[in-house]
Amino acid sequence: MTTTPAKDTAHTAAALALGDDALVLSHRLGEWAGHAPVLEEELALANIALDLLGQARVLLSAAGDEDELAYLREERAFRNLQLVEQPNGDFAHTIARQLYFSAYQHLLYGELAAGDGPFAPLAGKAVKETAYHRDHAEQWTLRLGDGTDESHARMQRAVDALWRYTGEMFQPVEGVDVDPSGLETAWLERVSEVLRRATVTVPDGPRTGAWTAGAGRQGLHTESFGRMLAEMQHLHRSHPGATW
Amino acid sequence: MVTTTPLEAELLELAGSVPDPELPVLTLRELGVVRAVHARGAGTVEVELTPTYTGCPAVEAMSTDIERVLREHGVREVTVRRVLAPAWSTDDITDEGRRKLREFGIAPPRVRTSPSGPVPVELGTTRTQQTGPDDHTDPVRCPHCGSAETELLSRFSSTACKALRRCLACREPFDHFKEL
Repeated sequence: MTTTPAKDTAHTAAALALGDDALVLSHRLGEWAGHAPVLEEELALANIALDLLGQARVLLSAAGDEDELAYLREERAFRNLQLVEQPNGDFAHTIARQLYFSAYQHLLYGELAAGDGPFAPLAGKAVKETAYHRDHAEQWTLRLGDGTDESHARMQRAVDALWRYTGEMFQPVEGVDVDPSGLETAWLERVSEVLRRATVTVPDGPRTGAWTAGAGRQGLHTESFGRMLAEMQHLHRSHPGATW
Repeated sequence: MVTTTPLEAELLELAGSVPDPELPVLTLRELGVVRAVHARGAGTVEVELTPTYTGCPAVEAMSTDIERVLREHGVREVTVRRVLAPAWSTDDITDEGRRKLREFGIAPPRVRTSPSGPVPVELGTTRTQQTGPDDHTDPVRCPHCGSAETELLSRFSSTACKALRRCLACREPFDHFKEL
């Protein structure tokens, strides 16, 4: 990758925000390895995680040294959305997180790919990958929501619990030349339609303003994120420069 | 169109002859991932390689193999540069590549039908279920028995680029190199 001039701070900030989203969600999905409900899901979640890790590597390399950024930053220096750092919970929680995030990421990359900005080459590539991620999340949402009483109740609980983290996706990000309100309209439409078909009630709680979550882009994170980072970073920090 | 020297064409051929580390039945040329070779002065060559998926872990092995082959051919300095745009598509896999995939037991990706020209019409029942985000009208055929009656088991298989399917005729599971 060609390095970006350090003076372009808006581009660096944007690369960090989008790169951290991909990196953190990739790590969370990786936590399912060995724990997924069936082997096929084990492979699916790991493959989605791998796609996200590939995107993270390109984005973080545009912002600096990818390893230093991933393994040596403190919690407050991460710029990811609070949504992606939320613990996996049960399978329905993971699917709800995937549904919310993949719908957003697919729309965002679609917009960036259509433009001629510095993120266009990556977005043009990644938008095709996120189409599969979104499809995976939507199919599971339908299956769980419109499934047994138990799976329906769990899917409903999950979309309700994560709803308060979804407003943050549509706050403007410096260096990302996309209209957030346009994204939000399209996102709401898509997600509501899937939930409706899944016989799940679209949550009506607040998504923005007081009492809602969402300051990850400013470096404020939720309680579980510190533990996730500790696990992600400890090997690199304990054995600096280790290779295999 | 950038002009290519005979040397560059020869080196491109060499770089393209490297087998894919994950699917060794295919060469990198058949996979469509080697974009160009530029000779930069005495003994220095730059190769443009595009990944199939952004996170494809095989890219590093491909780069090392290309470097080794070109060095063996007398090139002193080889740089493999990763290019993302234009994004790789499964349409970049050559016909020969598709044939080899099928022989290897992997259903090749379907080619996006061009709006011009004749459209083949499939007769008979096709129980092929939805395969992914964009719906293709032609079925994914079993690479073992050729049946069009196959079903999707999982959207992601042994690697990100493949889906897992099962043939309803011969009952064999198989990988499908999914369209990207």
